[in-house]
Amino acid sequence: MSTATNEGRESVLDGVRTPTADSALLPSAHPVQLVDPEGRHTPDDRYPLPSGEDLLGAYGRLVSGRRINDQANALVRQGRMAVYPSSHGQEACQVAAATVLGDEDWLFPTYRDTVAVVTRGVDPLEVFTLLRGDWHSGYDPYEHKVATQATPLATQLLHAVGVAHAAKLRGESTVVLAMCGDGATSEGDFHEALNFAAVFHVPVVFFIQNNEFAISVPLTSQTVAPSLAHKAIGYGMPGERVDGNDLAALLSVLGSAVSRARDGGGPSLVEAHTYRMQAHTNADDATRYRSADDVERWIPKDPLVRMRTYLKGLELLSDEAETDLAAAADTIAATIRKGLNTDVEVNPADLFEYVYAEKTTQLREQAEQLREELARDAAPADPAVTGSATKENQR
Amino acid sequence: MTQTTEAPVADGIGQPDATPARAATTTSTFAMALNAALADAMEADPAVLMFGEDVGPLGGVFRITDGLTARFGEERCFDTPLAEAGIMGMAVGMAMNGMRPVVEMQFDAFAYPAFEQVVSHVAKMPNRTKGKVRLPIVIRIPYAGGIGGVEHHCDSSEAYYAHTPGLTVLAPATVRDAYFMLREAIASPDPVVFLEPKKLYWSKEEVDLAELRRTFDDGEAPRRIGRAVVARAGTDATLISYGPSVPTALAAAAAAAEEGRSIEVIDLRSIVPFDDETVTESVRRTGRAVVVAEAPGFASVASEIVARVQERCFHSLAAPVLRVTGFDIPFPSPKLEHFYLPSVDRILDAVDALQWED
Ligand SMILES: Cc1ncc(C[n+]2csc(CCOP(=O)(O)OP(=O)(O)O)c2C)c(N)n1
Ligand SMILES: [Mg+2]
Repeated sequence: MSTATNEGRESVLDGVRTPTADSALLPSAHPVQLVDPEGRHTPDDRYPLPSGEDLLGAYGRLVSGRRINDQANALVRQGRMAVYPSSHGQEACQVAAATVLGDEDWLFPTYRDTVAVVTRGVDPLEVFTLLRGDWHSGYDPYEHKVATQATPLATQLLHAVGVAHAAKLRGESTVVLAMCGDGATSEGDFHEALNFAAVFHVPVVFFIQNNEFAISVPLTSQTVAPSLAHKAIGYGMPGERVDGNDLAALLSVLGSAVSRARDGGGPSLVEAHTYRMQAHTNADDATRYRSADDVERWIPKDPLVRMRTYLKGLELLSDEAETDLAAAADTIAATIRKGLNTDVEVNPADLFEYVYAEKTTQLREQAEQLREELARDAAPADPAVTGSATKENQR
Repeated sequence: MTQTTEAPVADGIGQPDATPARAATTTSTFAMALNAALADAMEADPAVLMFGEDVGPLGGVFRITDGLTARFGEERCFDTPLAEAGIMGMAVGMAMNGMRPVVEMQFDAFAYPAFEQVVSHVAKMPNRTKGKVRLPIVIRIPYAGGIGGVEHHCDSSEAYYAHTPGLTVLAPATVRDAYFMLREAIASPDPVVFLEPKKLYWSKEEVDLAELRRTFDDGEAPRRIGRAVVARAGTDATLISYGPSVPTALAAAAAAAEEGRSIEVIDLRSIVPFDDETVTESVRRTGRAVVVAEAPGFASVASEIVARVQERCFHSLAAPVLRVTGFDIPFPSPKLEHFYLPSVDRILDAVDALQWED
C-alpha cells in the first residue's frame, strides 16, 4: 500500500537499489547547534533560528521544567513519591518535543519524559499518579493526545506508528512524535518501528534522547554505529543529530522534522546529544559506573544557562520577566507539592473494574470477595475474630 | 461434522489448494466461514482492518484472507514487513486511534515475537488507562497440531494467553461457531486471541453463510464469548473440551455410546471468560468428568478446569476429575504426533478409569 504514496522516494529497479538520494538521508557531521554553551548564536544555513518570542516562550517552559524535576526529586526524598527518573539536564529536549507539536498531534513519552508530558498540558498531579503509586497511569491519553508513559523500552514506538498509520488512512494531518532513550535503540521494537514507519510512509518523528547511559551501561556498549542518527538511513529515512542542550537547535530541527512529516514526507529520526546529569532514578547509585568529573564536564553545557545568556545578551529577557518566570515555576511546584502531600484515596474496587469492558463472572466474584474482606475488616471487632488475630500474633 | 485431518501444511512445506470458494452453497468449510466473517465484518465497519504476513494478494498461507485485498483494497487488507512484534505493536496504535485491527499470526509458534506487545500492552492498556483506551484487536492464530506439521507449526499456546488478565481467548470447533465467534470477536471492545484449530480448517458443515450473516447482523446470534455449549447430551460423565479436541471428544462419546455409556460433551468455545455455570451444571448432573486438551497438561488450561470443577462439584463427584492432554514434551515431529495427541482410545481409557465399580 505504501508504494503508491511514496512518490519521490527511490525504489528498487530491476532488483538494484538506485544509489541516488541516499546521502541526503545521512545526518550532519556534527550535531546541529544554533546557540553555543556561551550563549552565542552559531548560524546554520539549513536550520533557521526560532524567533526571539518563540525562544522566550520556550525558555519559560524550560525554567518550569527544571523546577518540576527539582520538586519531584525532593518529594521522593521526603517519601511522598516512590521513584522519579529525572530529566535534569535534558529539559531542552523535553520542552522542544512538546513545543513543536500541534493540538491534533500525538506525543509518545517514556518514564523519563514527565516534563515533556506536563509541558504538553497534562495536569502534573495526574502525571504523578504513576510515580506515587496510585495507579499505572493517571491521565486520559485522548485529552491532550499524550500516550501513557511507556516503561517497556521501545514498545511505544510501534504504537506511535499505528496511531500515525490510522490517521493517514483517514486522511488526517496528525503527526506523531515518539520518544526513546539511547539504550532503547538496541531493542527489537526500535528496529521494527522504524522499518514499519518507513515502509508505510507514516508521519512519525522518532526522537532519541541520547543521554549516554542506559542505567549504568554507556552507549559504547550498545552500538558501534557512527551515531544513532546514522541508523535512519538503513530504513530509508533521514536521520539528524542535534545538540540536545540547545533549545533553539532542538526547536528548529524537530520543527522541520514535524513539518516534513505533516507535508507527507514520511518518518524521520532525530538524535539529541545530551547527558543524564543525575542517577537513573533515585534508587540508582551512579558513582558505581561514572566519575564526578564526567558529570562536571557537562555542567557548562546546561540548557538553561545557555538560553538565559543568549536571551539576556539580546535584551529579550528582562529582570522583571525572569521574576515572572520564576513565579510561574513556583506555582507549578507548589501545586505539585500540595497535591502530593495530600493522600489520594485508592479504591480497591478499581482493581477489577477496567480489566475488561465488562467484568467477567470470575472478576465479579473476586471483587465481591475483596469487598467482603474489607467490610469484615471495617466492622467493629468481633470477639471471635479478635481471638484468632491474637493467636496469629502469638505465633 | 466431517473433518479432513490429512491436509498439507502451508508454510513452504506444501501449499494447500483448499482456497475457500465463495460460490453459493449450503456446504461451508471452517476456513470459508472465517473468510466470510472477515469479509462481512469489513463490509459492516470501515474501521475493521486486516493485516499480517502474506495475508494480502496471497490470502494467507491458509487462505483465510482470500480475496479481501481485491475486494476492500490494499489499505484495508495488507501485508506488513515480516515482524510479529511490529504487527502487534502497530495494531495497538491503530486501535488507540479508532481502528479495529484484525491481525494474523502466521502460525502459533511464530506469534511468540509479539508476546511482549500482547502481554505488556494489548492486555494491560485498558486497565492502565482505567478504560480510557480500549483496544478492540483480534489476534488470529492458526493453532495446534494434527496436520503433520513440522516443528514450530503445531503449538497449543492457549495457556500463555489464558494466564494473561485482560485477554479474551476463544477457540471455535464448528463451522457455525467459527463464523459467529469471529464476528463477535471483531465487535468486542476487548482484545481477543482467536485460536483457529488448523486441523479443522477443512472440516465442513451444512451452513448457509449468507444466512449466518443475516443472523449476526440482525443481532439474533446468541452470544458465544463466555458461553460454553453442550455439544452432545449425556448422563454418565462429562467430557470438557475446546477447539481441536472437540471432534475427538465427540468421537469418543459416540464410541462410548456403543458400549452403553451416555457421555456428555461440552465445547467450551470461550476459554476466557470461562463458563463455570455450564460446566458445573453438567458435572454436578453426571458426577464424573474428563478434561480433554491438546496442550501439555502441566500448568495448563486443562489443569485450571480440573481445579474449578473440583472446587464447585466436589460433593457431586463420584471419581476424581481426570485429564487427557498432550504429554509434557515439545510438540512431536509429524511421524510421532499421533502418539501425543489425545485420541479416542485414550479418552475412553480415562472414562473407564472413572471408578464405575464403586
Ligand atoms: C524491555 C525492557 N527492558 C529493561 C527495562 C529496565 N530499564 C528501565 S530504564 C532502562 C535503561 C534505558 O536506557 P535509555 O533507553 O537510554 O533511557 P534513559 O533511561 O537513559 O532515559 C532499563 C534497562 C525496561 N524498562 N524495559
Ligand atoms: Mg539513556
